[in-house]
Parts: sequence; C-alpha cells; structure tokens
Amino acid sequence: MARTESKERVSPSGLAALAAGIAAPEVLWLKRLRQSALRRFEALGLPTTRDEEWRQTNVQALGEIRLTRPEVATLSRADLDTMPAAAGLGCPRAVVVNGRFDASLSDLDDLPAGLQVEALSRALRSRPELLEPSLGRVAPFENRAFTALNTAAFEDGTVVSIAPRTIAETPIEILHVAVAGGLSPAIHPRTLVVAGDSSQAAVVETYLSLDGEVHLTNAVTEIVVGENAILDHARIQWENDRAYHFGAVQARQARASRYTNHNIAFGAALARNDVGSVLEGEGAEATLNGLYLATGRQHVDNHTILDHAAPHCPSRELYKGILSGRAHVVFNGRIVVRPGAQKTDAKQSNNSLLLSNDALIHTRPQLEIYADDVKCTHGATIGHLEDDALFYLRTRGIDLDEARTLLIRGFVGDVLDRIAHAPLRARLAERVLAATAPGTAAGGDA
Amino acid sequence: MLKIENLHANAEGKEILKGITLEVGRGQVHAIMGPNGSGKSTLAGVLAGRECYEVTDGRVLYEGRDLLEMAPEDRARAGVFMAFQYPVEIPGVSNLYFLKAALNAIRKHRGEEELDAMDFMSLVKTRIKLVEMDESLLGRAINEGFSGGEKKRNEIFQMAVLEPALAILDETDSGLDIDALRIVARGVNSLRSPERSTLVVTHYQRLLNYIVPDFVHVLVDGRIVRSGDRSLALELEDKGYGWLESEVGTATS
Repeated sequence: MARTESKERVSPSGLAALAAGIAAPEVLWLKRLRQSALRRFEALGLPTTRDEEWRQTNVQALGEIRLTRPEVATLSRADLDTMPAAAGLGCPRAVVVNGRFDASLSDLDDLPAGLQVEALSRALRSRPELLEPSLGRVAPFENRAFTALNTAAFEDGTVVSIAPRTIAETPIEILHVAVAGGLSPAIHPRTLVVAGDSSQAAVVETYLSLDGEVHLTNAVTEIVVGENAILDHARIQWENDRAYHFGAVQARQARASRYTNHNIAFGAALARNDVGSVLEGEGAEATLNGLYLATGRQHVDNHTILDHAAPHCPSRELYKGILSGRAHVVFNGRIVVRPGAQKTDAKQSNNSLLLSNDALIHTRPQLEIYADDVKCTHGATIGHLEDDALFYLRTRGIDLDEARTLLIRGFVGDVLDRIAHAPLRARLAERVLAATAPGTAAGGDA
Repeated sequence: MLKIENLHANAEGKEILKGITLEVGRGQVHAIMGPNGSGKSTLAGVLAGRECYEVTDGRVLYEGRDLLEMAPEDRARAGVFMAFQYPVEIPGVSNLYFLKAALNAIRKHRGEEELDAMDFMSLVKTRIKLVEMDESLLGRAINEGFSGGEKKRNEIFQMAVLEPALAILDETDSGLDIDALRIVARGVNSLRSPERSTLVVTHYQRLLNYIVPDFVHVLVDGRIVRSGDRSLALELEDKGYGWLESEVGTATS
C-alpha cells in the first residue's frame, strides 16, 4: 500500500487522545494489544485519497468535526420505539448504546441453549481465555487506521459465543444505537462472534442513529467460524444522513465451515465497509452478499476481500445497489488465491441500478491468483430502469409507479431472497421500495 | 369499437404512418398485412401507447374515447391488449406475480373485486392449457430464458387471462414453427366472441389459415393501399407484395 506523508493529512491526535483516555480492563494481553493499536493508529493517521484503498473515499471532513468521547447515554425502551428499524425481529436481542452494552434494554432471556451473548467488558473479566486467541487477532490493524483506532478505543461491545454442535433456530440481533445529541461522539462498537465446531447460528447486527445529529461510528466485528460450523451474519447499516460510518467485518473460517455475510448499506453521509473472510481450512465456503442504497449526496464505499488460503474453497459474492441523486458509490472486490489454494472456485458480481444521471459508481474487481488450478470469474453491470420493460408492464394494466416498484423489487430480489429471516427480509424490502418510491429524492427524477 | 382516422405518425423524425383510416367493429377480426418497413409495427405500437412514436395528425377512437390521450396502462384497463412482436425479458419479476398484479389492476378498474390466490390459480391453470404452455414457466421471471415460441405463447396466455376487448397481435406468428403457430392460433380462436375484436398484424398469410379474418388490409409505405376479404390475403401469397408496391409507386410519383 502506498502511503505518503502530506500536509493535507488530518491530524489523528484528537482521536488518539480520546482513545488514550479510556481505561482498559486489567488484562495484560489486552493492554498490550491496545497500546500497539494506538501506536499504529498514530503512525498511520487517517487515510487520504492517495492511499490505494481510499482513492475514491475522502475522509477529510472528519478532521473538521470536534469529536468527543461518547456520553454514557441512558435510553428507555420508549426511545427505541421512536426508531421503526429498531422494532423487534422476534428474536433475542442485545442492545448496545454508544458502544456500551446495555443489559437493561437487551432481551436475552430466551437464548437458545448453547448460545451466550454478553457484554465484552464482562466477558473480559469472566473468561478472558475465550477472547485472547480472537479479540484483536482476527481483524488486522497493521494497515487499517480505523480498525487500529477501534482496537485502541473500544470501551465495551458484545461477545456472542456459540457452543460446539449448537443448532440455533432463531437469529440473535445486536442493535447498535448511536445517540449523538449534538456532541458529535466518536463511537467504537466492538463485536466478537465465536461459532464453535459443527454449530449453526445466525447473527443480525443493526446500526441505527437515535437522532439526526452528526456522529462517528467506527465498528469492528470479528468472526471465528469453527470446523464444519455454519454462520449467517447480516449487517444492516441504517444511520442518519449526517453520520460517518466505518465498519470492518473480518471472518476466519476453519475446515468445511460456511460463512455468509449480508452487507446492507442504506447509507450515512459517508459509509465505508470493509468485509473480509480468510478461508483457512479446506472446503470452507464463503458467501458475501451486498445491498447498497445511496441517494442525495450519500457516499457508500464497500471493500471486500476473500482470501482463499486453502484448497477446495468456493466463494460467492453478489453486490447490488441502487443509486440516485448525486450519490457516489464504490465497490472494490478483491479475491486472493494463495499458493496451494487449488480448486478454488470464486465468483463475483456487482450490479448497480442508476435512477439518476448524476450518480456515480466506481466498481473494481481485483484478482490476485497465485495457484494454477482455480476458477475465478467476475462481472459488473451498471444500468437504468429499462423503458421497454416499463412499457411492457404498463401495457398489461400496471401503472408506471407500480411498474417501477416491480422492476426495483426484481432487481434487488436475489440479494434479499438470500436473507433467511422473513421479518428482516420484509423490513429491508420495504425500506428499498420506500426509498426509491416516486416523490422521494430517489424516485423523483424518473 | 376502434376507429382510426387519418393517422399520421413519426418515428425519430421520419414519417412512418401517412394517413391510416380503419374501422374495426365489435366481434370482427381484421388482418393488417404488409412488407417490411410498411408501418405495421408502428401502427400496433401507436395503438398500445409506445412513447417513441409521435402522432402528427389524425385520431383514434376506442369505444368513443380518444385512445391516444390515454396512458398505456389506461388503455390496457379499458380492454386493449397488445401481444408483442418481441416480448421483453424482465429478470427478477415472476410471471405469476406480474400477471396477478396486472389482472387485479384491470379488475379494480372495472369495479370488480381482486381475485384471491385460489381463484387466480384456478383461472391461470385453465388458461395455460389453451396455449399448452409448461406450468413451470409461471414461476420463472417474465420471459427470461424463454425460447421464441415460449415467449409468444406467454403473450397469448396473458391475453387469455386478461380477456381484452380488443387484441392486437403484432407479428405473433413470426419465427414460429407450424406446431407452435397452430397452438397460438387455437389460443386466439378460443377467445373469439361477438364481444371481442382482434387486429392481426402479420407479414405472412400463413397465420390467416388458422385465424380466419373478416377483413384484410394491405399496408404499404404507411398507407392502406387495399382492403378486402380473406381472398386478398391469398392473392398476396400468390403474387407477393411487389405488385401492390409498384402500383403505389406509380400512384405517388
């Protein structure tokens, strides 16, 4: 990665100072980890558009915000009720407010047997041995400023542990609520999911804003998928349109495991998601689904890395999204096939639907293949709603608005259909249609 | 039912229809024949409401209403149906879901209740037999990956479900083998009634052996140059379009 020292770079000292003010739990390995993460963040600084990985995403505006350490916000359930997207999904739920686990708002009484969901701060005291091999070790921060910052600065978070051979029928939701209150908090939620061997479970992470004020959410989720385990992980980013969101998801997959990620980005002012999985064990399978919706002047950047490190691993990646207004979207899908990762079978596609002439998408597949017996394909399409298709539907009696809705629903259908939990799927479909309906900023220019 | 008066229309600034006058009575089947580029598909497109054509003169009355003032969906709701020459593939939208939305939009317009899932399915199953279409195509995306013949059958199947008062078949026979042609024609014939009119647009006489028209009109260079009964179609089959084209050529030069 090319880095250059330049005067335009935002000084990270403010953020670093915030991080340094946080007391780490008294665990030696963690203390060391956080110290090295802080040093790393100070050395890296915030990325600039001269960094290869950040060429299309400018985070300079962050430097102009007087970020603060988040207040300890006490929310009531009535506060949660003000957010439609916070309505329960009919499954156990952990609630995290400004990066701190809130037991009183959480509903974790009916957890499936074998499943444990608890505050990171508590797990660090009660069973640090579970955390030590994973926390801060799955998501590398060497070249990632925001992950380094989160590692140095997280105050709390959530640990989901799934015992070996557990089969959980219902998903677990982790609801992250940002309470800005005009204080521009820098929130660093941390999540760790450890799926034991031969277990099967689903986790839904939702990121919301309580109010319409500026905040920074810089989240890191680490995932360990044990041998033969199946984990379905949806991440729904649905914050206000003044928010800055940086989200990293990094999974590590053992032999014959299956990890599916649904990266749903409904946009902040600026959202950057890094989703990656390392296929470490033979026969591991990864599926990355993505859905982005960007309107107005929203900026959404999705970077993914599928790291094939073992033979016989299939991976499937499908990212789709709808752009309108002057939205700017970036998709960068990297597939690495390491030496010896023979019989890799990787498929990637990225399809975007543009509802305006001023929206912009940068899409880039990046294949790095160091093995000789592999199958890797990629493709990208960018299109508009087709006049011929609209006309065809209308000649059957369907009005223009409904014809548009049918086509948009049809476009996102295959991504949404992969979300198994029906209430969540319905909520997301509704959001897509509402956001692109005529009369909204997105639908108005059709 | 349908009254076309002195219709002129342009496509991309070029005049394609140069004054068409035609009246289709209730229960009648009219065939519009003509060589390539004579304006057959333009006429069908103008009647269905395709936006790429500009009507410069004349008018079209459907049941006494100005058809050209109506949006495509309003024409459909009022009972006009066009079977496309090239049916559109629409990925991600299931045939069945689409057809239910269409039927209920039309029923709502007529002041009828929406059909529930059971009644809709039983209607679909009866009508799909008319065109001998595979039921597995119902669950698939509209026309996606359908063969040419399957697409044409799907058009007639939709027509059978939506039960229009005026059906316009735009070169439904083009590219069909004789078996598919018979099936499509049988589907169309089964819908014939004293209440329903059909406009068959075709290049070839062959379809008219199966869908027997009451009237045949020959379109050349944007004008109807001859009208007659079924025997005109047979004459055309013998002689081709050449003799009419040269006749028009001498008349206009």
